[in-house]
Amino acid sequence: MSTATDTIESLVKQEYKYGFVTDVESESTPPGLSEETIRHISAKKNEQAWLTDWRIKAFRYWQTMPEPTWQFVKYPKINFQDISYFSQPKPKANAPKSLDEVDPKLLETYEKLGIPLREHAKLAGVAVDAIFDSVSVGTTYREELASKGIIFCSFSEAVHTHPELVKKYLGSVVPYTDNYYAALNSAVFTDGSFCYIPKGVRCPMELSTYFRINAAKSGQFERTLIIADEGASVSYLEGCTAPMRDENQLHAAVVELVAHDDASIKYSTVQNWYPGDENGVGGIYNFVTKRGLCKGKNSRITWTQVETGSAITWKYPSCILLGDGSKGEFYSVAVVNNMQQADTGTKMIHIGKNTKSTIISKGISAGRGQNSYRGLVEIRKSAANARNFSQCDSMLIGAKCGAHTFPYIEVKNTSSSVEHEASTSKIGEDQIFYCNSRGLSAQDAVNMIVNGFCKEVFKELPMEFAVEAQKLLGVSLEGSVG
Amino acid sequence: MSKQPILEIKNLHAGVENKKILKGFSLTVNAGEVHALMGLNGSGKSTLAAILAGRDGYEVTEGTVHYLGEDLLELDPEERAREGVFLAFQYPVEIPGVNSTYFLKAALNEIRKSKGQPELDAIEFLELVKDKIKLLELKDDLLKRSVNEGFSGGEKKRNEIFQMAVLEPRLAILDETDSGLDIDALKIVSSGVNKLKRADSAQLVITHYQRLLNYIVPDFVHVMADGRIVKSGGKELALELEANGYDGILKGL
Repeated sequence: MSTATDTIESLVKQEYKYGFVTDVESESTPPGLSEETIRHISAKKNEQAWLTDWRIKAFRYWQTMPEPTWQFVKYPKINFQDISYFSQPKPKANAPKSLDEVDPKLLETYEKLGIPLREHAKLAGVAVDAIFDSVSVGTTYREELASKGIIFCSFSEAVHTHPELVKKYLGSVVPYTDNYYAALNSAVFTDGSFCYIPKGVRCPMELSTYFRINAAKSGQFERTLIIADEGASVSYLEGCTAPMRDENQLHAAVVELVAHDDASIKYSTVQNWYPGDENGVGGIYNFVTKRGLCKGKNSRITWTQVETGSAITWKYPSCILLGDGSKGEFYSVAVVNNMQQADTGTKMIHIGKNTKSTIISKGISAGRGQNSYRGLVEIRKSAANARNFSQCDSMLIGAKCGAHTFPYIEVKNTSSSVEHEASTSKIGEDQIFYCNSRGLSAQDAVNMIVNGFCKEVFKELPMEFAVEAQKLLGVSLEGSVG
Repeated sequence: MSKQPILEIKNLHAGVENKKILKGFSLTVNAGEVHALMGLNGSGKSTLAAILAGRDGYEVTEGTVHYLGEDLLELDPEERAREGVFLAFQYPVEIPGVNSTYFLKAALNEIRKSKGQPELDAIEFLELVKDKIKLLELKDDLLKRSVNEGFSGGEKKRNEIFQMAVLEPRLAILDETDSGLDIDALKIVSSGVNKLKRADSAQLVITHYQRLLNYIVPDFVHVMADGRIVKSGGKELALELEANGYDGILKGL
């Protein structure tokens, strides 16, 4: 019935609540990209020659690469000369030595986002590295972590304090030749988080990086590197928001994870970049390369992502299962509403014997959003007894959105097993009416049904994040029925 | 003391997309009464249930419906539920992934909130449902499963009455709750409904077959044809219907 369909179509009018701009004087390089820009960034960061050279090599390689076009998303061609590649809040006369000396406006910004950094208010049990545009403004709980030998600091700092570790691992999982945006990131990356957990140490608290884009016309290119040495374990969280602006902004990050023998890394993302308005004006292009290497035997890497923001999300957090008996897991909820587009999924590359991978992907499409799952399960010849289980479920809300699935499976070993399950469902008028007739509003009904749909993924998130993610999902879909 | 009217339907005309289904339907249901509404398929029984619960897509062209003196048609379906109208569905809907306990607790708390009562927490809620679940002889694990998902036909119907027991409506409309039930399930459902009968509430039992009325004994029986009530009587009317069939009743008019 037409009235019924109209109701379900009209659910999507929601103010993005993190869309404010911090009024802080910033220092940005003029738009443009050349070797000179890169040398400028490198000099700003006072980097050693090896790193400058690495950046330049990456840049030269990037210039030879064609821009990829295979993805199932549409956007106007990006003019890379229009972007400012470095922006930081203008430093005070003396660089801040502790969080107490950081510009209060910046601290307020993070407080508004629910991430207090000040000593008395900081989040219990979560150490936070706060990245504002191109630089880290501060990291909490550093001393406590250091007492266990854990290094958790901004990437720029690690380059100076632990050059041997950075040199050893940078580009070891995602080489700059990997893909177009990874090459670009390698050339111009500005900051990010660095984390090293020494042998046998279980990190006693959650580590977290909170990314904030503030400056207009700038791109954010951060680089995160997490290493868990033998028998170490860590849970890491990542959150991100940006102001509402009419122009699109590019966020092209690279994340590399390395897990040695018996180590485990759990990497969780709640991505809430500005998604653009209901007509598709503005929003972040989130083009990210995330990959983990299960280097040692019985190592384990888990990716959990809740993707609700960005005009375009394009990423495949992946695992290379090199060590025998290693495990890779990918749990994902991707929501598109209004004009948002997502092409996301994972790659599980089985190389070692007895390796296992699990993929649970939940795609939700509302408004005129387009949501694609794209995944590769590759079982190499060496991967005897490898196992994979994949489940890709799509949910449609309304009649103008789309869900697409592109699974790739390559098996070169006869002793392995690969399972793939997929489903598509639609939130029906009859489900909503059933909830209504029990006293629940249409909006509550949709939230309840969507949360039920995503339950398997939410239970993988750390507790505080799971609650946050459920709320976020409710907000993202507000207005999609009513 | 005169009885309090719960539901008053006067000269209701309604339909879907230019098709008239209800043509001058009138009925008054008072507190403490059980009314059975019988009729052939297509006589308009389920349309009436859908309109009372507020399902989208029906157009009322004439007549009025008052519930506890209020204009029922002015209320959204969730407002009707919060005011105490309950529809036991002919085809209960599956909601995969939504836990039954969570669903029912949310529903009950919406109703409590609208009455200005405090919301129940999980422990208080489980205490409340423990007895009700026995009433319907349902398995305890039902509460841990997703709403109606993978339930047998009989379990779905029993679950509807279980929800009714928890939500304690003032007006319960049972839309062909007996269809698809074997005789044992029918007895359990009926005894559940009978135990839920209260002096301040009413039940409207819609059915095609007389057999349900062997277990749920109505105060009044109405026979519906072509969108309105053509004959009303006491429980003996159901027996007459059983003996002579709908044809016999309709011919005698």
